[in-house]
Amino acid sequence: MGLFKSAFNKIKQGLDKTRSVFVNEVRTILSGKPLSKELLKQLEARMIQSDFGVKTSRELVADIEAAWERDEISTGDHALAFLKDQLNAYWPAEDRSLHFADSGPTIILVAGINGAGKTTSIAKIAKSLRDQNKKVMLAACDTFRAAAVQQLEIWSERLGVEVIKGQQGGDPAAVAFDACEAALSRGVDVLLIDTAGRLHTQKHLMDQLSKIKRVIQKKFPEAPHEVILVLDATTGQNAVNQASVFAQSIDVSGIFLAKLDGTARGGIVVAIREVLGIPVKFIGVGETPDDVEPFVPDKFVEAMFSA
Amino acid sequence: MFGNLTDQFSNALKKLSGKGKISESNVREAMDDVRTALLEADVHYEVVEQFCENIQQKALGEEVLASLKPGQQMIKIVHDELVATMSGVPVGQEADEFEAQPGIMFVSPGPTVVMMSGLQGSGKTTTTGKLAAVLKKQGKKVMVAAADLQRPAAVHQLEVLANQVNEEFDKGPDVLFHAELDKVAEYGKAVGAAVTVCRNAVAKARQEKCDVVILDTAGRLHVNDELMGELRQVQSAVQPHQILLVIDAMTGQDAVNSAKAFNSQLELDGVILTKFDSDTRGGAALSVRQITGKPIKYLGVGEHLDALEEFHPERISSRILGMGDVVSLVEKAQQQVSEEEALELQEKMAKGKMTMDDFLNQLNMMRKMGSMKSLLGMLPGIGNQIAQMDIDDKEINRTEAIIKSMTKKERTDVDLLDNSRRRRISQGSGTKPADVAQLVKGFDMVSQMGKQMSGMGMLSKLKAMSGMGNAMGAGMDPRAMMGGMGGMGKAPKKPSFKQKFKQRKKRR
Ligand SMILES: Nc1nc2c(ncn2[C@@H]2O[C@H](COP(=O)(O)OP(=O)(O)OP(=O)(O)O)[C@@H](O)[C@H]2O)c(=O)[nH]1
Ligand SMILES: Nc1nc2c(ncn2[C@@H]2O[C@H](COP(=O)(O)OP(=O)(O)OP(=O)(O)O)[C@@H](O)[C@H]2O)c(=O)[nH]1
Ligand SMILES: [Mg+2]
Ligand SMILES: [Mg+2]
Repeated sequence: MGLFKSAFNKIKQGLDKTRSVFVNEVRTILSGKPLSKELLKQLEARMIQSDFGVKTSRELVADIEAAWERDEISTGDHALAFLKDQLNAYWPAEDRSLHFADSGPTIILVAGINGAGKTTSIAKIAKSLRDQNKKVMLAACDTFRAAAVQQLEIWSERLGVEVIKGQQGGDPAAVAFDACEAALSRGVDVLLIDTAGRLHTQKHLMDQLSKIKRVIQKKFPEAPHEVILVLDATTGQNAVNQASVFAQSIDVSGIFLAKLDGTARGGIVVAIREVLGIPVKFIGVGETPDDVEPFVPDKFVEAMFSA
Repeated sequence: MFGNLTDQFSNALKKLSGKGKISESNVREAMDDVRTALLEADVHYEVVEQFCENIQQKALGEEVLASLKPGQQMIKIVHDELVATMSGVPVGQEADEFEAQPGIMFVSPGPTVVMMSGLQGSGKTTTTGKLAAVLKKQGKKVMVAAADLQRPAAVHQLEVLANQVNEEFDKGPDVLFHAELDKVAEYGKAVGAAVTVCRNAVAKARQEKCDVVILDTAGRLHVNDELMGELRQVQSAVQPHQILLVIDAMTGQDAVNSAKAFNSQLELDGVILTKFDSDTRGGAALSVRQITGKPIKYLGVGEHLDALEEFHPERISSRILGMGDVVSLVEKAQQQVSEEEALELQEKMAKGKMTMDDFLNQLNMMRKMGSMKSLLGMLPGIGNQIAQMDIDDKEINRTEAIIKSMTKKERTDVDLLDNSRRRRISQGSGTKPADVAQLVKGFDMVSQMGKQMSGMGMLSKLKAMSGMGNAMGAGMDPRAMMGGMGGMGKAPKKPSFKQKFKQRKKRR
């Protein structure tokens, strides 16, 4: 995957930090020890503490236990390998890179709850695409939050990409429509649409979001080519609710898991994958546009469970 | 989606009822349910373990074992313990101490310096605006200072919010805004500048004779030593009187890690939980309270500037348990219906003596209580189901027409309704025979339900309600169940936020 290559090393540093935290814990629990009930209990505790959720954690541990009872595995290290396989099975080889339009501009709609990291994540995607010599345009459809437009504008200036904006307090769908027209007339390759943060529990705001999507489709029936849900990696079990409601209203095609550079593990994406089938496409590992990495299940799992 | 304690206890109750007294192993089993419910609510694993250990000892005491309603007794113990943890007031003691603790403690002479801190995107800047609005309304002269110099447009965001506060709230002196735009830089290049900005802001606030100055700092990770160091520097440079940690109420297990780090590196005074208007169970609140020992001062309940609420330990405890905001629900219901009315209906229902007229009454009351729906939504899980149940005006109209086409006798004795009578009624009301049949079926269900529910506790009732789903159309008045809430019915009236501040002011 050519995308993000330039930023790769930087990202690795970010990941390594995340990795070492988790790995230390799991490693010390599992490695070099024979399997035991107690060990399994500790493993379950670790998973729960990584926000896998009680149900998912118990299921995963039950699988390990079953394999142990069948004498297929007998040590902590086996269990780790087994777990990797299990988790890998959650992420079958499907397209996790961005999906581009066959012709004309690719439209990427970005949504999520308040403060998840949407605007910053857009800057990250924009930069990597720009670095690939794609002509990128941003649409400032957050007409609600104080200085949201200015925030995106600053990113557009720093990255040297164009931004389309409307009136503060104006109709975000109208801005989206204008942006679609501009993208077409200016021969843009990718249009990234930033939307206001909204809680999934607010029906009128979710309706507003589906309206934005419909308006985009008026201009480009095949669009949006990607609908990215930005999730804060520190979020707990509520993320499943978030993902399911956003998926219902705008048919989410992938998750951008932001803020994975802290101590949160983002384990909830495993439950989301299982319940809703939504893949994770990117992870965010910092506040600058370079702090992004494509989501690679193997690496994600490894970052969690191996040295 | 997630099982909750209410469900689990209903099962536990079923298992336990009839047994009279319960055994130790019953209690242990119920404790497992408590543990799971708390974990699903995002309470941190270790905190859950500790919490459950406490509870188990109490539950194993005579109280539960001797109780005739062990299930309810268990819920009460868990709930009380949660409230105690959240409020810092041990079970059985008066809550005075907590109640007397104001949101912001003022120093005199001013300005009282308040510093906001927290992870990225938790809501610091927005909360700074909300807090300024609250204080302005109390007549305080407030300055907000933009000490986030790294996030794009952070300074401008705060300026817009300050202006909005001044536009939207007339009362009180205008909020002042302090910023030093020349210090703004890209991420990582402005570290340390916040110290100067804060120092200058406090000096200016003193000059301007402000009562309060609120410092809005940049979001940062608790593991970022450089940026955490900056906050410590601000702390020692301006010696804030109050340092508040702003936390997203949807945070999962990691809340413990960040809260612990912020608390150990700064002298935190309290916590503000934001985005509480979501449907999160909010277990992070318990974790954070337990780990830091610091009180939760406010809840952020929306994006608007007036969406800041006082923290009620009882309410959040109910929510974590999956019981929903029962207190608000009851308060609201009380505004809508007299207790006698509800009780009367409750009794009728219990005896299976509900009539079509009662049914019609309920429909009309239901119509008036459209707002109830949003309230029911406060109940996680079951509440959501009820809230999603469509109370369709057209449906109510149709039902009304049908009932009005019945004779007096038919209304009191539904069994009279044979096919020919049903045909007559459908013609008279301009509806289809199927509509009449459906109404009768719904009515039967509701009266059946009424009989069954008469022996249940409130929680099981709510659960039973949700089970009825749409089968009963719009034919159930939530007040019927309110009336049956027994002890919950008379929630003491709590002074509002405003009243409290007034009282406090008087006291000084
Ligand atoms: N550490 C870290 N911080 C991040 C990451 N992504 C975003 N942030 C920070 O999180 C905060 C919120 O990011 P925004 O991009 O403004 O979030 P948003 O979802 O657009 O917010 P609203 O539009 O207000 O709903 C900012 O301080 C960002 O710098 C990440 O991957 N790691
Ligand atoms: N629904 C809801 N949204 C909130 C609440 N508090 C803040 N927000 C929203 O959350 C998002 C982030 O809020 P900010 O105030 O920018 O957060 P911050 O902590 O200052 O962010 P950084 O400075 O980037 O770290 C914005 O979209 C706010 O409107 C709340 O209580 N409820
Ligand atoms: Mg944004
Ligand atoms: Mg801020």
